[in-house]
Amino acid sequence: MTTPVQGHHIVRAFSEELEQLTASVATMGGLAESLVSDALDAIAARDSDLALDVIQRDKRLDTLQRDIERQIIRLLALRQPLASDLRVCIAALKIAADLERIGDLAKNIARRTRELNEAEPLALSKSIERMGRLVQGHLHEVLDAYASGEIGGALGVWQRDDDVDEHYNTLFRELLVCMAEDPHIVGPGAHLLFIAKNLERVGDHATNIAEVVHYAVTGTELLADRPKGGSSGTP
Amino acid sequence: MAEDANVKAGTVYHPAEGNRKVKVAASGVDVFYADKQALHDVSVEIGDRAVTAFIGPSGCGKSTFLRCINRMNDTIDTARVSGSIRIDGEEINDRSVDPVLLRARVGMVFQKPNPFPKSIFDNVAYGPRIHGLAVSKDELDSIVETSLKKAGLWDEVADRLDQPGNSLSGGQQQRLVIARAIAVNPEVILMDEPCSALDPIATARIEELIDELRENYCLIIVTHSMAQAARVSQMTAFFHLGHLVEFGPTEEIFTNPRDRRTQDYITGRFG
Repeated sequence: MTTPVQGHHIVRAFSEELEQLTASVATMGGLAESLVSDALDAIAARDSDLALDVIQRDKRLDTLQRDIERQIIRLLALRQPLASDLRVCIAALKIAADLERIGDLAKNIARRTRELNEAEPLALSKSIERMGRLVQGHLHEVLDAYASGEIGGALGVWQRDDDVDEHYNTLFRELLVCMAEDPHIVGPGAHLLFIAKNLERVGDHATNIAEVVHYAVTGTELLADRPKGGSSGTP
Repeated sequence: MAEDANVKAGTVYHPAEGNRKVKVAASGVDVFYADKQALHDVSVEIGDRAVTAFIGPSGCGKSTFLRCINRMNDTIDTARVSGSIRIDGEEINDRSVDPVLLRARVGMVFQKPNPFPKSIFDNVAYGPRIHGLAVSKDELDSIVETSLKKAGLWDEVADRLDQPGNSLSGGQQQRLVIARAIAVNPEVILMDEPCSALDPIATARIEELIDELRENYCLIIVTHSMAQAARVSQMTAFFHLGHLVEFGPTEEIFTNPRDRRTQDYITGRFG
């Protein structure tokens, strides 16, 4: 993570440890993004093997998160980071938690994809994939913002999260209509519903990361009155 | 630079929190030692019943500024102070102000504990005696006891008040010196690196004491330990090369300093 302060610490090992921490979070981000992307590919291609691969690779994300937590505890105990350094540490801690949750959600999507592949394909899978690509794009943008310290991308995602919510609300209504018309698709439809919900949650985590990146870079919080779109009453 | 901070004469002032009464108000203070300028145009308002920490690298002017507040620079022949320093609105550099009386109102604690070569009792009783604060022996006893209690030392020395002050441990001596400062009923207590000669336990005791004293006094502490400034103070002033660079709530200075020099110093980077 790059903050406006570029100078090196007098104690060089401190700078190296912070760089290592940022690199670990970036690795974790790359993996989380690839899990989401592969889960979406698995839906599109009805590829159960790829879905299984996603389920298995999620474990690596958990290991990375524990490693990042250890690094941060060590930094706090031994270096007592302050100001931008402190913000970088806290940001890494929070982002790692968000990425771990994103991994879990991707894993859950992959599990449901394997179930879906047992049934006839549904037309709405395409809409799910579109929503998924939008969410994946948001995740990519906030991770870029994290790596570069350029908050523009983070702000953009933060402002555009209601696009995801709108997609989700539309899908939700369409799925309800389809399931009401044809009771045979209630089983796979329910899976799609949960997949859509999971993707919406991934979008929320991307928004969280955007807020954390903004705090780490500027030291100020984004105000909580993010534009909220969509109708109420949707779970 | 964030818009909500105020910049005057090169100093970043964070918006004040709450409405703490101003105890010490400095405006445009310059200090020269012979023809070398040690402080440049320092203006700051220090709140009452709070701890304000002065931090900055060696030679930044923080101790020089601290010494202006009880006119300790008067004792240095080549030192020249200009600008205004007011305590409760009263100009302390005014010719009518007696520096001896001023120093009773503005107590000072130094880096190394400096008890007088007298008994524990006499160390604390000295100030009240010369300032005529006690009319009877009983009253003096009571002042000594109260001061030692406020300094958190009474329980350790109550049964040996006649022993020499310098027979105490370093941490106890520092608390004795604080009791001596408190005994004359000061309004402001200045501390110049009061814990730098103490071990962590004795330091923790002094820090706890500083936190208690905050209820009744305006405390100003110069410290090289950033962790100490963070632990004990509510406001922090960062000095650099004779300038007051940044002044604001301690939490903000340590999480989100606005000036690059403050940031570099606090995070231990090359300035």
